[in-house]
Amino acid sequence: MTTSASPRPTPLRALHVERGARLTEFAGYELPVHYPAGILKEHQHTREAASLFDCSHMGQVAIRGPDMATVWSALEALVPADLASLAPGQQRYGFLTNETGGVRDDLMLVHAGDHALLVVNGAVKADDIAYLRAALDPRCALEEHPTHALLALQGPSAAAALAGLAPDVDFAAWTFMQGRALAISGIACYATRSGYTGEDGFEIMVPGEHAERLARALLAAPDVAPAGLGARDTLRLEAGLRLYGQDMDTTTTPIEAGLGWAIGAARRRRGARAGGFPGAAVILPQLDTGAARRMVGLVGSERTPVRHGTTIANGAGEVCGEATSGTLAPSLGQPVALAYVTAACAAPGTALVAKVRGRDVPMTVTKLPFVPTRYYRGA
Amino acid sequence: MTVMRYTKDHEWVREEADGIWTVGITHFAQEQLGDIVYVELPAIGRRFGQGEDACVIESVKAAAELKQPLSGEVLATNDALAEHPELVNSDPCGAGWFLKIKPSAPAELDALMDEATYQTYLAG
Repeated sequence: MTTSASPRPTPLRALHVERGARLTEFAGYELPVHYPAGILKEHQHTREAASLFDCSHMGQVAIRGPDMATVWSALEALVPADLASLAPGQQRYGFLTNETGGVRDDLMLVHAGDHALLVVNGAVKADDIAYLRAALDPRCALEEHPTHALLALQGPSAAAALAGLAPDVDFAAWTFMQGRALAISGIACYATRSGYTGEDGFEIMVPGEHAERLARALLAAPDVAPAGLGARDTLRLEAGLRLYGQDMDTTTTPIEAGLGWAIGAARRRRGARAGGFPGAAVILPQLDTGAARRMVGLVGSERTPVRHGTTIANGAGEVCGEATSGTLAPSLGQPVALAYVTAACAAPGTALVAKVRGRDVPMTVTKLPFVPTRYYRGA
Repeated sequence: MTVMRYTKDHEWVREEADGIWTVGITHFAQEQLGDIVYVELPAIGRRFGQGEDACVIESVKAAAELKQPLSGEVLATNDALAEHPELVNSDPCGAGWFLKIKPSAPAELDALMDEATYQTYLAG
């Protein structure tokens, strides 16, 4: 999915350079891996205070139609989630599926009043947009926001930091997975209380021309420091959040990936709007019977990190799966990994081994998330 | 005077007493790797050829190898790295050393870079 062309800058590139970021190419964009503090400190700072991430590589798309019922109906034909029940301002996680039940992409959808706002993965956004244009009900129109920036402010201090810049907003009433338009330092934005770190936080959509001014205002707020993709990856992994393209793709079903919870009752068998999405014939039976292979969390007792692609074996030494993401979890000081294993090996507490450089590294199947999430669900 | 030599893969070797050399990675290497969280060291007594992978260095992001700068036998390993791999970041040419070796083909040293050459190589 990477392009041969040189990576595109985000609207915050100059600020990243000024802050001493080490830049890398990710999803066709030039983005910080980390700043001088380093990944571990940025990770820890996010868990203890608040970090600002540049997520401008992600795709932002508005879907408009004659009315919201038509918009949700069009999207429900492509996304197995209960979207029609979304109230204005409500956000939901979902995925685009293919005819074999695989995942084309995962995405966030929010009811933005008179349209739906979608945030999709940067690496596949061009494919997503082409697919949506071709497959969406023709009564709906897709509008790209290619020059918009996406800033994520994440951590226990995020709400206090943002409140200082948006004094008119009632942050106590603004709960997890809710979005709203607001002015931050006088800059008009649309933000959702959500993120990819397991912490309380906000994802802020803003026109590119205002992004740097907004980022500078946020970085000047108490307890806020910049963080890069490296910390974003260790944070999301500790929170048990899957990374599209690495933990799931067009060959894995949402049920295998452990994301069946995102398919609302209305879209399941015997639901009011059961099925009617690509791959329903594969996915819905799996919801009832379970998949033959399942994504699990693994925790190691030694310090050896278990990386993407590592073979997983059961107690008898028989291969039973493969790790898709792994690192030494900074908040735990232990290696953690996401892995697909056979159903027989998937129960929490099962002792498995990871084959690392010819050695058996003991791992235990563990409930996700590895680190408790701290989303704000109301006072 | 202490003799230090460098490889193109950013390892260093330093002559100690009695024909023993200490092996580590350079400041540049640790900076490239970022926060190091795990180091796997070889067994004492193992023999490596020049350029063979002798240690595994895992940063938060990825795994890398320390290639043996000189053929020879491992006489000692830095056990402190098991509990404190971050020493490689904070003091790569001191407390963050990896191995002490007894070279078996000292002529291999001639192919390594001295300090000035290594600095030029880094700048290039």
